[in-house]
Amino acid sequence: MTASKANPVLITGGRVVDPASGRDEVTDVLIENGKISEMGTGLQSKGAEKVDATGLTLAPGLIDVLVKTGEPGAEQRETLRSAGAAAAAGGVTTLVISPQSKPAIDDPAMVDFIMRRGRERAAVNIVAAGALTPGLSDTGLAEIGLMQEAGAVLFSNGDKAIGNAALMRNVLTYAKGMNALVSNRPIEPHLGANGVMNAGDFASRLGLGGIPAVAELIMVQRDIALAETCGARILIDQLSTGAALEVIRQAKARGVQVYCSVSVHHLTLNELDVGDYRTFARLSPPLRSEEDRKALVAGVIDGTIDAVVSGHDPRPAEEKRLPFAEASPGAVGLETLLGGALSLVHNGEASLMDVLRAVTAGPAQMLGFSAGQITPGAPADLVLFDLDKPWVCDANKLRSKSKNTPFDGRRMQGRAMMTFVQGHCVFEA
Amino acid sequence: MTKSYKDTFTGPHLLGIAGLNRLEVDSLLDRATDFMKLNRQRNKHSDVLGGQTLINLFFEPSTRTQSSFELAGKRLGADVINMAIKSSSVAKGETLIDTAVTLNAMHPDLLVVRHSASGAAALLSQKVDCAVINAGDGSHEHPTQALLDALTLRAHFGDLAGRRIAICGDVVHSRVARSDIILLSLLGAEVRLCAPPTLLPASAEEWGVEVFHNMSEALKGCDVVMVLRLQRERMTSACVPSTREYFRYYGLDRAKLRAAKKGALVMHPGPMNRGVEIDSEIADDPQISLITEQVESGVAVRMAVLAALAEGRA
Repeated sequence: MTASKANPVLITGGRVVDPASGRDEVTDVLIENGKISEMGTGLQSKGAEKVDATGLTLAPGLIDVLVKTGEPGAEQRETLRSAGAAAAAGGVTTLVISPQSKPAIDDPAMVDFIMRRGRERAAVNIVAAGALTPGLSDTGLAEIGLMQEAGAVLFSNGDKAIGNAALMRNVLTYAKGMNALVSNRPIEPHLGANGVMNAGDFASRLGLGGIPAVAELIMVQRDIALAETCGARILIDQLSTGAALEVIRQAKARGVQVYCSVSVHHLTLNELDVGDYRTFARLSPPLRSEEDRKALVAGVIDGTIDAVVSGHDPRPAEEKRLPFAEASPGAVGLETLLGGALSLVHNGEASLMDVLRAVTAGPAQMLGFSAGQITPGAPADLVLFDLDKPWVCDANKLRSKSKNTPFDGRRMQGRAMMTFVQGHCVFEA
Repeated sequence: MTKSYKDTFTGPHLLGIAGLNRLEVDSLLDRATDFMKLNRQRNKHSDVLGGQTLINLFFEPSTRTQSSFELAGKRLGADVINMAIKSSSVAKGETLIDTAVTLNAMHPDLLVVRHSASGAAALLSQKVDCAVINAGDGSHEHPTQALLDALTLRAHFGDLAGRRIAICGDVVHSRVARSDIILLSLLGAEVRLCAPPTLLPASAEEWGVEVFHNMSEALKGCDVVMVLRLQRERMTSACVPSTREYFRYYGLDRAKLRAAKKGALVMHPGPMNRGVEIDSEIADDPQISLITEQVESGVAVRMAVLAALAEGRA
């Protein structure tokens, strides 16, 4: 994001929905010096650019946690610039970048590189997540303290789960001393090793290897037990099953510092979307049963799930135009995170406030960000969207360099009209 | 063969048994029965596929299926070429779709494909203009094997309705089992599965079959015992402790076969692991083993499939 000074903007007549405060009312918002300066009805400001938001909804910009791009190392998949453009068009104003690049983000210089590249080239805020181990390997500790000083907000090995319990205990114990948030992907690596979709009747009929739900349950139980004994904070990254969610719900109730995220795809699709071997629906974790999907939606509503993420993982055609088991898992999602999440509202499954909390205030509170809320003094990271606007997701029109979305061809409702990052308009439909 | 077959199966592809209806299956089996007669004559030639090109595209090694399709194509007058892909372009990084597009440009009429990935034949069929015949895709389906099994059984029993058939062994890795379960159930047979739980899909009970882990219980009252090959090359973890323990509990020998109906028949899709899933004494007994008849049916069924698909595209 460029550091040049933004002109004042006055957004009038919009429905302001702010999950952090519970506010949901029509009011005006004045943006000055990259921050929200004033709120109220009938605001006036000389020289401010006026945006008539009548009929539209104004919410904090979305915060997406653990986004993969291809920079550095696989720029044909996605760059920070293309990811930034996709994010801006999707109303996402902050990206926490996954450390799974080549080389991995495993030292302070790499953290600095990502954050600097982000400022220079991306339309939205870019912050880095650091690796837990050098090169995402199975041994050793990465420089968690130095990376945190350089700006890393979270520590994770991306979708490479730490299977070794002794190593995980060490990581959590060390991170506690740095007050760092550790994230692990909940999949027991051996149980998940040969699977390509949810284990179950559908996988058996298709002749595809299954990843059993218990692989997730075991890992969630293990990581919560370790975090609890170490007194550390942990993010369970991208949950997919109802059974594991229940374990997290109980841990939260007894005061364990555990957070969890779920991808928007797992809230809106299920294993049957694999259909006739559609590789765009090959995800990690895999799409699960309809019962799991419903349980996850309930977790968003009751707040057990702190963050709904896109799981953005760009994969070009050459990684997807293959037999199902040979294709890479992953889906892009920056541009469809908002639309996908809003489909829960339009289907009557969740309220607008609950859905928006999980993409704004939820992740902001987890990561200690001052963004993710609409209140005077907060950063002017905002999305103005048309809650009802119908559109059809056309993968080829996505701004990402890779077009792998399981939402391709799906009818969506609700779309970003304007996106502001630190007071700058970075997208206008 | 100018005879017309009512409600004929016409394709456009044969990717699996799932999706076929009873009339389509019957018409294919009727056609195959006629080809069976042709194949026993001195002059086995027909020109149903005269001027057409058949490509056998095998990404996995195969002897019997490939030669069966080759013979079927040649007897019907097609030009047949065999491509074993392991040594060819794929080694240079060419993808399945690249290979498909390349072959498509050569204007084949029929493409027989075997691949180690489930869904590979379906993927290929989306990218080519010719008829695609699935000759086995991963652990998904092997439709011509199921059809030849049905043809063999029909020759012995006529109607399969109410016949009890046990499919024994490595079901979880078997495309033959998946196709057979669907087809034999469609034809009215009562299908049972018997294997150690590590070799059964977790959801097998939901497939409309009865599941057993004990051979003497499973074989009770069976008209047919179908033994599957233990696919050790596809096993990614320890599913059975040893071949001798497997043979002790699941290998078909005379003692276990006694639990079945008197005169019960034995089938095996081949190639056999003698002394592992089947005792040689059973495999080689012409009174009870249908194994060589299965091979004979295979050519006839594949001729029927090729002829029907070619007719459907004419």
